[in-house]
Amino acid sequence: MTVNILRRSLLALALTASLVGTAQAQTTLLNVSYDPTRELYQAFNPEFAKYWKVKTGQDVTIKQSHGGSGKQARAVIDGLEADVVTLALAYDIDVIAAKTNKFPADWQKRLPHNSSPYTSTIVFLVRKGNPKGIKDWGDLVKPDVQVITPNPKTSGGARWNYLAAWGYALQQPGGSEAKAKEFVTELFKHVPVLDSGARGATNTFVQRGIGDVLLAWENEAFLSVNELGPDKFEIVVPSVSILAEPPVTVVDGVAAKRGTTEVAKAYVEYLYSPAGQKIAAQHYYRPAKPELADPKDVARFPNLKTFTIDGLFGGWAKTQKAHFDDGGVFDQIFTR
Amino acid sequence: MHWERQDMSASRTFRVLPGFRLTLGYTLAYLSLIVLLPLAAVFLKTASLSIAEFWNVISAPRVVASYKLSFGMSLAAAAINAMFGLLLAWSLVRYSFPGKRVIDALVDLPFALPTAVAGIALTALYAKNGRIGQYLDPLGIQVAFKPLGVLVALVFIGLPFVVRTVQPILEDLDTELEEAAASLGARRWQIFRHVILPVLLPALLTGFALAFARAVGEYGSVIFIAGNIPMVSEITPLMIITKLEQYDYAGATAIAVVMLVVSFALLLLINGLQAWTASRTGRER
Repeated sequence: MTVNILRRSLLALALTASLVGTAQAQTTLLNVSYDPTRELYQAFNPEFAKYWKVKTGQDVTIKQSHGGSGKQARAVIDGLEADVVTLALAYDIDVIAAKTNKFPADWQKRLPHNSSPYTSTIVFLVRKGNPKGIKDWGDLVKPDVQVITPNPKTSGGARWNYLAAWGYALQQPGGSEAKAKEFVTELFKHVPVLDSGARGATNTFVQRGIGDVLLAWENEAFLSVNELGPDKFEIVVPSVSILAEPPVTVVDGVAAKRGTTEVAKAYVEYLYSPAGQKIAAQHYYRPAKPELADPKDVARFPNLKTFTIDGLFGGWAKTQKAHFDDGGVFDQIFTR
Repeated sequence: MHWERQDMSASRTFRVLPGFRLTLGYTLAYLSLIVLLPLAAVFLKTASLSIAEFWNVISAPRVVASYKLSFGMSLAAAAINAMFGLLLAWSLVRYSFPGKRVIDALVDLPFALPTAVAGIALTALYAKNGRIGQYLDPLGIQVAFKPLGVLVALVFIGLPFVVRTVQPILEDLDTELEEAAASLGARRWQIFRHVILPVLLPALLTGFALAFARAVGEYGSVIFIAGNIPMVSEITPLMIITKLEQYDYAGATAIAVVMLVVSFALLLLINGLQAWTASRTGRER
């Protein structure tokens, strides 16, 4: 009797599994993203699936892939069939466009706000009580201060850190390219460890107890404080910082081939909807349209002056070449 | 026709083991598929660079500094492992003590552990707030995030190679030889130097070569503990990753080619040395 029940329930289970399997096979989307968006998209994907079901009656399953932004871009270039890419910086998506020709080079104009439905900025995470009295970028180069930031050559996120420091120095009274280079050179003399990725740097700062200040994306800083206890760390917001824009786009070539163009487009557009904006703000990303998000969440973001990569640096292509490519400013800082 | 037949019958007469052609053919095909093909791809990708570009990539100051660190530390780690691995193998073979089996199994752990786990564990131990690091830091010794940390990680991952190559030879070694030497009036050091070491040396060199080869290519465990400061503590595999991160596939493979060629040359040298010592002591390889 029990054996019979077991067998039947197993059969039922197998049937359900196969049914679910075929249902999923109808529409799946692959969203290739970078590391710190894991929780954001885990919350967003079911919301979108619900919305899509109501709107079209279709079931859609979204698969996510996370990793370092550059690594993810390389995977897509090498043939990973992403319907949608949501990466840490426009440069990585530019390279995908250039190397695969699967979507136009001016992809960033296709959606509002530079195709960035959410943004962030670079802030400081310091130890509780801020023992070294760090208030602004200038304090990072005081003699006894150690700064933790990942290597901008291996980490897309770290390029924002570097550029934020550069932009600060450039905008100081009497600032110039030469002054900025001097400041950033001095800053990196205060860096004892260059991790290859952002989460590695967070670990070094938090778990290993190395350094006095961690340069971090605001959303990562919030997460660190929440998870590790507000009794251990606090966030310091500098006078000015960079507007970090992690953009999103549909990979036209892949979506057309897989017949997912419509749903993929709806997916990225839904990020701009009230539901998408609310989820972004909940996960500590600054929503592109703050009026749509929960005011309580928006109130957590302190006001600060930001500058953009396009405004101050003339876009990613130029910046990458001048600063981060081999022989660029970052190499000069270390190999003089 | 006539000649070929003779040749075949000759090989039939003289070979004790059958299937020479089949096994050699299989060996060559398998090696080509598994080893040579990927390596050829590396060389092919590099060939998209001109000679001047190739030279610029592989002779950049940061890259040269990384060769020194990677090869230097790998050699040092292999040497340390050769010495202490021999000691470990010796005590495992020659003495019996409680917990011997556990220790024997522990030796293989660096093989089994994912290298990233090893790296994170070592970093946690040796960072200045770590279990070991907290005592070293006041002495002014910093291990984690310094070149010394690289050495520690490489010693860790290379240990099993020496122990496992030396152990079987030690087990085969007759203690009677040592007893004979002792009865002929040899001192302990002389016994070790003239009786034991010559027999062990080929195996020891193999272990050294394997530990070295593993250390040169190691990425996962080192990357967490190295600190990765340009010109100081960047290993060569990190330089390859850095190039890839800039979508510079050809540059990455150029550095890979340098690593391959240098490693191959060193391994060839060590193998030659091993053959020489083996023939000198009259041991069959």
